[in-house]
Amino acid sequence: MTRVTRRGLLLGGAAAGGAALGGAGLALAVRDGDASSSTAADEQATYPFEGEHQAGITTPVQRHLYFAAYDLTADATRDDLRTLLQDWTEAARHLVQGREIGETGAVGGSPLAPPEDTGEALNLGPNGLTVTFGLGPGLFDPDRLGLESGRPALFQPLPSFALELLDDAISGGDLCVQACANDPQVAVHAVRNLSRIGFGRAQIRWAQLGYGRTSSTTRDQATPRNLMGFKDGTRNIKADDTEDLARHVWSDGEGQEWFAGGTYLVTRKIQMLIESWDRAPLSEQEAIIGRDKGEGAPLSGGTEFTEPDFRAVSTATGEPAIPAESHIRLAHPDFNGGQRILRRGYNYVEGNNALGQISGGLFFISFQRSPKQFIDLQNALARDPLNEYIRHIGSALFAVPRGVRQGEYIAQDLFV
Amino acid sequence: MKKALGLALATIALAACVKNNADDSATAIAVTSTADGCAVATNTAESGTLTFEVKNDGNQVTEFYLLGEDRLRIIGEVENIAPGTSRTLTFVAQPGSYYTVCKPGMVGDGVGEAPFTVTGEAVKVSVDDEEAFATAVTNYTAYTKTQVAELVTNVIEFTNAYKAGDDELARKLYPTTRINYERIEPTAEQFGDLDPKIDYRKPGADAEGLEWTGFHRIEADLWIEEAAKNYPGDPITTPLTPEQRVTLADQLVADVQALYDKVHSDDFTLEIGDITNGAIGLLDEVAAPDGKLPGEEDEFSHTDLYDFYANVEGAEVAYLNVRDIAAGKDGGADLVATLDEEFGAMKTLLGKYGSYEAGFVSYDTVSQEERNALGAQLNALSEPLSRLTAQVLGLS
Repeated sequence: MTRVTRRGLLLGGAAAGGAALGGAGLALAVRDGDASSSTAADEQATYPFEGEHQAGITTPVQRHLYFAAYDLTADATRDDLRTLLQDWTEAARHLVQGREIGETGAVGGSPLAPPEDTGEALNLGPNGLTVTFGLGPGLFDPDRLGLESGRPALFQPLPSFALELLDDAISGGDLCVQACANDPQVAVHAVRNLSRIGFGRAQIRWAQLGYGRTSSTTRDQATPRNLMGFKDGTRNIKADDTEDLARHVWSDGEGQEWFAGGTYLVTRKIQMLIESWDRAPLSEQEAIIGRDKGEGAPLSGGTEFTEPDFRAVSTATGEPAIPAESHIRLAHPDFNGGQRILRRGYNYVEGNNALGQISGGLFFISFQRSPKQFIDLQNALARDPLNEYIRHIGSALFAVPRGVRQGEYIAQDLFV
Repeated sequence: MKKALGLALATIALAACVKNNADDSATAIAVTSTADGCAVATNTAESGTLTFEVKNDGNQVTEFYLLGEDRLRIIGEVENIAPGTSRTLTFVAQPGSYYTVCKPGMVGDGVGEAPFTVTGEAVKVSVDDEEAFATAVTNYTAYTKTQVAELVTNVIEFTNAYKAGDDELARKLYPTTRINYERIEPTAEQFGDLDPKIDYRKPGADAEGLEWTGFHRIEADLWIEEAAKNYPGDPITTPLTPEQRVTLADQLVADVQALYDKVHSDDFTLEIGDITNGAIGLLDEVAAPDGKLPGEEDEFSHTDLYDFYANVEGAEVAYLNVRDIAAGKDGGADLVATLDEEFGAMKTLLGKYGSYEAGFVSYDTVSQEERNALGAQLNALSEPLSRLTAQVLGLS
């Protein structure tokens, strides 16, 4: 396996064989020692929009997320969807370079007209913005847009899972936009302007602001912590795990050209019962997760990146060192047919509920070549003791089309 | 920074100079205004310059209007025709369906409304800004006066029912009485102290320490069970006495009469930007957190859809007043085509929930999903409408 150097890393779609790349093909590798402060390199970081795969998947995880799910308007046609994806693609090409929307931008137009660009990202720099587009399963429904024949066979809505408490208003959607950036304002600006372009064709169904990435996709990035205080994503698939990416993340398209090099995106809004969790003893918290809280090492010993030894026995108790129903054991590939997923979630906090409890948790995002990978893992987690402290309240599945070359637009093969 | 991104409206080539080829030789069409009639000598004409010769055979000062197909927009008008005298109305008529109506006494809905059809080819008119702006302002000003005049009549009828204790009739008249006001609300808001008295919601009045009067105070009293739900224990949950009703009703009549006096005074002037910005302002009224879309405007009666429709109508009338000016400038054809389509789609969607005549459904029966669809169409309309001012004023 190739070890990646800190500098000069070819990122995003730059590794794409044969993909025509623009002048911005070389991206800055962002060092991420301190996740709370922003550096000049963070602000100026850019990732190419073009590539074999869309950016924002294996891209080093940026600090902030704004994720929006859209519904097409009731009378929207196949042509409306096509032109929307064209317009969004063009806008995204500008946005990821830190450029303004429209011919006259935020302040260059007529004083009598509303500005084309909303202006809140002026002077902020590109901030490593990536804009990732996905299509919802409903777009392919019969008698809707005439796209039935473009549906990948595996692309069916997710089934119900144990213990979920889903709110339809923050679930599903016809389209999604995942905007990630090192500055939250840059991510919000992207979604806000794309929404504006979409008026009359698509309308936001729900949106989610996330901060403090909860996983890393490169070995340069320190493993971050989630709101439970544990390192999250230690064993995530990394950008240089080419074989694992090919095996677990990138779709061969299932016979659909638009999806060859694409992937399935799952979002789960997971509310944490934070007050209850904070009252759990440290030993219980560690037993539930299967790792120690400080270092992130498996309870079988070693350091963060030591492989967990599920046969190890605690000398103190005579029980397995990593409890059989701990989170990392239930989710481990060894107990799930070797299946892995690429996680790219963020923390969220949205103030408090009326009872004074923190409305916060994990906005889980994963990428996989088949929805079944997520479904099987989620079913395996039905026995997870962590379930006592979490509730899944939002859920969505999208098919992320392959990346585009210069002059192409997202999912264009779907419309030929 | 200049950016090249293909989202701007495509521009169209436009003939720089358009000739006025209207036929000036048309003969005048005779109109006779009486106490209860408005006889027009013919109900069809060829496009081009038309002249109506309006004779007042009644005993009150009268007015004559040519209205658009929506019966709202004023295409041309002539006012202050004294009994026994005649005045003429001359204008360039485009093919289409119109209505003629007289208004003896200069208040109310008018009398003798009748269809009038213009046939033939479209007439090219001068795009000279000054002249076009003046015409648009004149017609929109007349429209505003007409709406306020009808408002006065309707408010008197509504408040008479309320004062008489005929709550059933008052509840029936409440939403339709508000229509005239909702069509021209930005104009009323120009007069800082009147809108709060006429149309404030309870939170607005409470916040500013005003005595709560106007439509919504009466609404709370007419739907008192809803008031008790929304403001339990509040003094408004006690029904008003007949004397209190009279005071409240007479105050509303006095306030709309004051509005009438203001818009009919010589000081009342509008500018072209007031019209175009008023259009987007009306749609902002719908979308606001305390507006119609969230169902906060008529929180007791749930008659928000009447107000919603009236706001859209008002915005459309304002738009139609300047439509030809917008269309005549670079890029205008696309904007006008979009606005024509989106206004139509908005009214069609609202039409699914009823009409003024048949009644709109109670807004509390409109699901969140349906409200979202209404909001989506409102966005589809508002976004291009926000570019109208610049299209009309800002381009050569």
